[in-house]
Formats: sequence, C-alpha cells, structure tokens
Amino acid sequence: MSRRSGRTLARLVFLGPGLIALVTLAVVPMILTLSFMFLKRGRFNGVIYEFTTENFTRLMDPLYLGVIGNSVQIAGTVTLLALLLGYPTAYAIAQLSPKWKTIALIAIMLPFWTNFLIRIYAWIILLSGPGLVNSTLTGVGLIDKPLEFLYNEGTVVVGLLYGYLSLMVLPIYSAVERVDPRLREASANLGATPLRTFLSVTLPLTLPSALIGCVLVFVPSFGNYVVPELLGGGHAIMLGNVIRDQFLKARDWPFGATLSLVMILITLALMLLQALASRRSRHA
Amino acid sequence: MRSLRKRNPVVFLPLWLTYVFFYTPIVVVIAMSFNAGSSAYTWEGFSLKWYGTLAGNADVLKGLGNTIIVALGTTLVSTVLGTLLGVGLARYTRSKILEALGTMPAILPELMLAIGLIIFYASVNFTLGLHSVLLAHMTFGIPLVAVVVRVRLASMDMSLEEASRDLGAGPVPTFLRITLPGLLPGIAAGALLAFTFSLDEFVLAFFTAAPTEPTLPIVIYSMIRFGVTPDINALATILLTVSFTAVLAVQRMTRLTESFK
Repeated sequence: MSRRSGRTLARLVFLGPGLIALVTLAVVPMILTLSFMFLKRGRFNGVIYEFTTENFTRLMDPLYLGVIGNSVQIAGTVTLLALLLGYPTAYAIAQLSPKWKTIALIAIMLPFWTNFLIRIYAWIILLSGPGLVNSTLTGVGLIDKPLEFLYNEGTVVVGLLYGYLSLMVLPIYSAVERVDPRLREASANLGATPLRTFLSVTLPLTLPSALIGCVLVFVPSFGNYVVPELLGGGHAIMLGNVIRDQFLKARDWPFGATLSLVMILITLALMLLQALASRRSRHA
Repeated sequence: MRSLRKRNPVVFLPLWLTYVFFYTPIVVVIAMSFNAGSSAYTWEGFSLKWYGTLAGNADVLKGLGNTIIVALGTTLVSTVLGTLLGVGLARYTRSKILEALGTMPAILPELMLAIGLIIFYASVNFTLGLHSVLLAHMTFGIPLVAVVVRVRLASMDMSLEEASRDLGAGPVPTFLRITLPGLLPGIAAGALLAFTFSLDEFVLAFFTAAPTEPTLPIVIYSMIRFGVTPDINALATILLTVSFTAVLAVQRMTRLTESFK
C-alpha cells in the first residue's frame, strides 16, 4: 500500500465515524428544522408538506417580538453581570501562586460540571419564603416578614448568572495569563501606576477573550427555558419557553422551528463574532 | 515574586464574592439533606432519614436505572468515536470546516439540538426510548472526548512515535503500542466528562425520551415542579458528590487546568 493511500485510509478511519455521527445527529436535524419553517402544521404533531410563508408573518406579531426582546434583555443583563464579576475574578486568580491557581480554577469549574437542575433547585431553597436568606434577614431584624424573592425576572437573571459565570471566568483567565509580564514591567518602569498599566496594557490585550466569554454566556442564557420556568414562575417568559410550548403543548412544529430560527441566527452571528475575536487575540 | 506579596488584598475581593455566590446554595442543600424535620427549608436537627426515603422512592430508582444505561452507552460510543475524531482532527486534516463540524454541536444551545432531533426522529419514524436519548447525548459526548484527547495529544512527545517508525514498526502497531497508551489519561478523562454530562443532562433527554422511560434529571424536574420534598436534598447531595469526584479525577489525570494557559 502506498503511503498516500495509507493516509487516505487513516483519514477515513479516524475522521469518518465521528463526523458521520455528528452530521447525522446535528447537521441533518438543523437542516430539517430550517426546512420545516416553510411548511404547514399537521393536525397532530408533524407537518403537511405544503409551502407557506405564514410562519414568518406570525413571527412579526408584537407578542413574539416582545418575547424575543425580553430574552435579549435578560441574557444581556446576565452577560453584563457575568463580565463585571467574572473579569476581576479571573484577574485575581491569575495573581495567585501556581498551586493556588490550580485550586482556584477547579473551584470555578466544579459548579459548572454539576447537575444544572440541582443548582437551580438550590436557589429555590435559598430564596424561598422560609429559606435561609429570609430567615437571616428577619433574624437580624432587617425585615419583619419574609420577602418574595422568587418568581420574577431578577431571580431568573441570578439563576442564569449562577449557571454560566464559569464560562466567563475561564477564557479571561487564559488571556490574563498570556499577557507577557515584560510588557507590564516596561509600563511600570516607564512610570505608569498599576491602574494605568492595567488600563493600557492588560485590559486591551484581554478584551478579545472577554468578548469570547460574553458570547459563551449569552448564547446558553438566551436559549434557556429551564431557569425561567423554575425560577421565573411564568413571569419571565423567554424565547426558549415559547419554542418548548410550540413543540410539546401547542404542537405547532413549523412555527416552533421558525421561532428557533431567531435563536439559530443570533447564535451563529455571535459565534462568528467570537471566531473573529479569537483570531485577533491570537495575532495580538 | 515579592510583588505578589505586596499585592493589594482588594484584588482578591471579587474572587471571594464569586466563591460565596457559587458555594452558598450548594452548602445549604447539602446541610438540609441531613435535616431531621420534614421541611425542605428549616433546620430541626441531624438525621439520615431522607436518604432512607430516597432509597424507597420508586420513580427515582427507575430514573436512576435509565440514566445509568444511557450514560454508560453514551460514554462507550463517545469515547471510541471521540478519540478517533480527536486524533483525526489533530493529525489527518487541516480543514477548518471539519474542525468546526467536530466542535459545533457542543456549542449550540441544547434546545436547538433537541428540536432538531425530535423533528429528525419523527421524519424517519424513529421510536423514542432510551436509545434516542443515547444518540442525542452522543452529539455532546463525541466533541467533548475529542477536545480532551486533542489537548493530551498536543502535550505528547512525538519523538517516541518517530523512533517506533524508524525501527520499522508499521503505522498500526505504532498507533496501538505508542500513541494509544500515551493518550490513555486523556481518553479516560474524556470518558468521565462524557459520563458526567450524560448523567446530568436534562434538555435533550426531556425532548427525546419516551414518557414511560424518564431519565433521572427528568424525574428531578418533575419533583421540583410539583412540590419540593426534602428527599430531593438527599438526591442532590449524592449527585453533587458524584460530579465533584469525577471532576477531581479528571483534573488528576490530565491537569485540565493547565490547558487554560
């Protein structure tokens, strides 16, 4: 066997099975979803194979545009808070000794790898009427009777932030680690204060990674329906809830697919932005 | 290093804030799992009774059984296909498109994949069951294993493989005797991550499982929705312990945190 055909065979053996599985289970379903948008709904589940654009007309209904706007606003708030807390956290980890760095990073990753439902449930326990936050507040005399923390948009923001903050910290930490210490020394030697050095050396060099973190937090927050359902109590309906209902309750699959187009487009646009940002950070 | 010690402690304030935010809810749930009272919220003394109640909860046990079948199947398939894919992407192609294809499913919101899959299953008249959840979990498991294997591959010494080839060993023996053993920690770590992912995954399972065969996260979801009982605390504590152990094992095997540098 020639070396060349051996390489082709190796390529098939190594790349073939995994890529075939992913194409069948992820790419083909995505294409099917896109094609469903132009079809009419069936009487029960499924579709009637007739071309229509009425799903897009329905998408322009202020009701759905409002839900999309609300989802962008909630996911945007989560992303902003994650950046404000995640950046200084990542920066602080990078200042630790190597041994503590490892421990600190594991402590950031651990919650992310635990059961998402359990983590959301933990907030119900914490924030409920008789929960720890209320009993502490009444205990120290700050309030007379328990406050209603649960089931509003604020709780949804907290739940999503809790779910995805790790995804902001890790890429920013990597970027802070990669900043050449000689640049900071040079800046300090030239008389810059630590704040000035941070603002003109570290911050610009780590911004592309911060943008990656923002995309990593925004995408799953925007697409989430579990948190609004469990912590929002129906007061904070996001696009994910409407899509879920179209598939499992209203059983209007074509319209559900059309709503998910919004999610696909926003996700793809942000991933493109992220790809551009990571290209820039590699050149930096 | 002197500059480290002089660093203003205010720098570390956000770090502590993050840890308090992350671990307060977890600590409260673990503590409440040992509560003697019948409220999920207020402490009335130490007891293990909720672990006993949990052991007798038929829904939980059935969900657990289903989840273990799905998670083991997902792990097995994802580990084999993911390892091959990881090596293939690192060694046998420079195509950015194939690379994107190999990682994309893990970045998409789960809801989008879930919708795509039920449309796909319905289009090919595929009956739902544990196998449909297993296939759904492969879309995350394969890229996950591939990524960890690639990180390991990048840190490996190529000269051993070159030596093996120079001494006349063919590509297949070289791969089996040199490359694969060197990759083992990465493969094991990837397998553990795929297992943990499948064990905890809710959205894909919720859409692709048959109503009669729920996985454990689906059972947990209905427990939370339809009334909080204290045995969820016990279940949560067990699941937290499993995930924590898995992540720490992954860290030991691959020094995962090093890959962030």
